[in-house]
Formats: sequence, structure tokens, C-alpha cells
Amino acid sequence: MAEGQSKSAAHATGAHTAADGGHKAAFPPFESSTFASQLVSLAIAFGLLYLIVSRLALPRVGGILAARKQVLDNDLAEAAKLKADSDAALKAYETELANARAKAQTMASEVREKLNADQDAAKARLEESLNAKLASAEQTIAATRTAAMSNVRGIASDTASAIVERLTGITPDASAVNAALDASLKG
Amino acid sequence: MADPIHQFEIQKIFTLGHIGNQEIAFTNSSAYMFAAVAVISVLMLGGSAGRHLIPNRFQSMAELSYEFVANTLKSSIGEEGMRFFPLVFSLFMFILTANMIGIIPYTFTTTSHLIVTVALALLVFLTVFIYGIYKNGLKFFKLFVPHGIPIYILPLIMVIEVISFLSRPVSHSVRLFANMLAGHITLKVFAGFVTSLSALGAVGAAGALLPLAMTTALTGLELLVAFLQAYVFTILTCIYLNDALHPGH
Repeated sequence: MAEGQSKSAAHATGAHTAADGGHKAAFPPFESSTFASQLVSLAIAFGLLYLIVSRLALPRVGGILAARKQVLDNDLAEAAKLKADSDAALKAYETELANARAKAQTMASEVREKLNADQDAAKARLEESLNAKLASAEQTIAATRTAAMSNVRGIASDTASAIVERLTGITPDASAVNAALDASLKG
Repeated sequence: MADPIHQFEIQKIFTLGHIGNQEIAFTNSSAYMFAAVAVISVLMLGGSAGRHLIPNRFQSMAELSYEFVANTLKSSIGEEGMRFFPLVFSLFMFILTANMIGIIPYTFTTTSHLIVTVALALLVFLTVFIYGIYKNGLKFFKLFVPHGIPIYILPLIMVIEVISFLSRPVSHSVRLFANMLAGHITLKVFAGFVTSLSALGAVGAAGALLPLAMTTALTGLELLVAFLQAYVFTILTCIYLNDALHPGH
């Protein structure tokens, strides 16, 4: 009883001095009488926190993050697939375009060659016919000239006979006229 | 001048019961512990309630907390360290929230009490020790036998390793406790200068601007320290837990 009284008295003085300035009271963090209360509170509070965190909070937040990652991964995969598709389409388009271009070029060169060949053939035909015409014209000219030349001889001998006859009054011998003509033509 | 130690006093709110002769009370410290738990629960449960694909700000905070601790844990232990994720997350969030609440004027900082930080450090220490033995058996003690040490200095190294292992909870807890305690005392001392100087009249009030600016700057510093100490405690926890998983250095 007496011990209890002195204890409470000591406690009262302690409280008093603490209110005055606390210089005589123990430094609060080293006040061992408060340790048990703090430990019990900490155990309950931290245990409660651990339960809340491990059972509720972390699974929920982790689930949200995992779900988001899933959505993002799906979207990225989808985007990659779409990109691959569009790349393939672009490639097909380019191949098609290149094929069409090559085809057009072949066609153009075929047409060009055909036209060139036709032209060459026509030109050859024309030249041939022209050459034929030229040859026939030359033949005609040569024939005409031969004919003309033979006529010239006839005319010359006639003229010579006529001249001789008029001048001399003698009809010259045809062979003599011819010989004279040959001589003059050769000369 | 206000007593800078007064803010650390434990005040009984009501008695919970007795263990032997020891009274177990619900104190201001208990109230702030539960306040921290409540803040974390609101942040994590409220933030994740919407389950938005595109998070709003509240959900971003919850996700940021999750990913910050998860990345810290994974970078020091790896994927298998995720089994300790609830423990490490609880530790980080509890210390961070308690430190942050403590910066608000007139509040109590639970982490400024050595018994609290010792309890948390011992929780980590015992987890490392018990899980290390459970997982690795006697191989766990290879932790004290580094590779490539000549046999004649091995006994000395082993003694040093054992001492360093056993002193871990001491440095682990005292670092947090001392930082919070010293920071809050400094804040209180400078803030006390402001009130006592401004009581001296106009000149004193003008002179009080200097400690006022100092208090403001210190509050910013204390915010940094509050985060940094929670982070340091968490990083060290990760490093110690890594020993439990991979004792062979």
C-alpha cells in the first residue's frame, strides 16, 4: 500500500516536472514503461496493415497492372499484325505495279519492233519496185536510143544519098554510102 | 521556449489491459500508427477501387507506390524476391506514411521512437534468419564464410561477418530513429526561436524571419529525409532478404 502510494507520488512529480519543462523526466524514446504499449499497438497495426496489403491491396493493384499489360500487349500485337498486313499489301501492290510496268514495256517494244519491221518491209518493197521501174526505164531508154541510132543511120544514108544525088546527079552506090557513113561515124 | 522533447512524449489515451504488471495502453503513438494504416488502406484500396484501364490521379498514386516498391525489390533480389513483396511494401508504406504524417505540425511521429524502429528491424532480421535457415538449411551459414579467403584469416573474417550480421538490426533501426528524432528536434528548436524572438517586440519579430526561413527550409529537408529514410530502410531490407535467398555471396 505504502509502496503503491510512493509510486503514484513519484508518478505525480514526474508528470509535474514534465509539464514544467521535462528536464527531470526520462527522454521519451527511452522511457521503457511505454515500450510494451507501443509494441502491442505496433504489432496490431502492422499486422492489420500486412493483412490489408497482402490480401486486398496488392492483389488488386497487381491485377489492374496485369490487366493493363494484357490489353497493351494485345493491342500492340494487333497493331503489329495490321502493320504486317499493310506491308504485305504494299509489297503486293508494288510487285503488281512492277509487273504491269514490265508488261507495258514489253508490249511497247513489241509494237515498236513490229512497226519497224513493217516499215522496213514497205521500204524494201518500194525500193525494189523503184529499182525495177528504174531498170525498165533504162531498158526503154537503151532500146529507144538503139532505135533512134539505127534511124539516124538510115536518115544519114538517105540524106547522104540525096545530097550526093543532088550534087552529082548520080545515085551513089548504097554500099559506098554505108562504108562512108561507117567511116564518119567511127571518126 | 517550447520544449523540443515534448513532441516525443507518449500520452495514454485509454488502457487496453495488463500483461503481468505492465499496463498496455492505447496511446497517441498507437493512434498515429492506426492513422498510418488507415491512410495506406485508403490510398491502396480507394486508389484501386475503380480498376480503370487508364488510371486517374488517385489510382496512379496507388500504382506508383506498387511499382516503386516492386521495382526496388526486383532490382535487388530479382523475381523470386516477390514472395516478400507484401512485407517490404508494408514496411515501406508504413515508415513513409508515419514519417510524412510526423512532419505535419502538432502530430506525433511513431518512427521517432527507438522501440518501434527496433521492432521493425527485428522483424526483418528474424525473417531473414528464419527464412534463410528454412530455405537453405545449414548452407545459410555460408553467409559468414566468404569465398576466396585464405584459411589462416578465415576465423577472423568469420567473427567479423557474424558481428556485422548481428549488428544489422542495430544500425537498421537506429538510422531511422535517429534521423527522425534529430530532424524533429532541429525543426522544433528553430521554430521555437521564431516564437521566442517575436515575443521581444518589433526588432525581435524582424530577427525571427531568419529562423522562420530556416524552419521552412528544414521542413523541405525533412520531407526529403522522411522519404529517404523510408527508402533506405526498404533498400536495406531488400539487401538483407537477398542474403536469405542467396547466402553464398
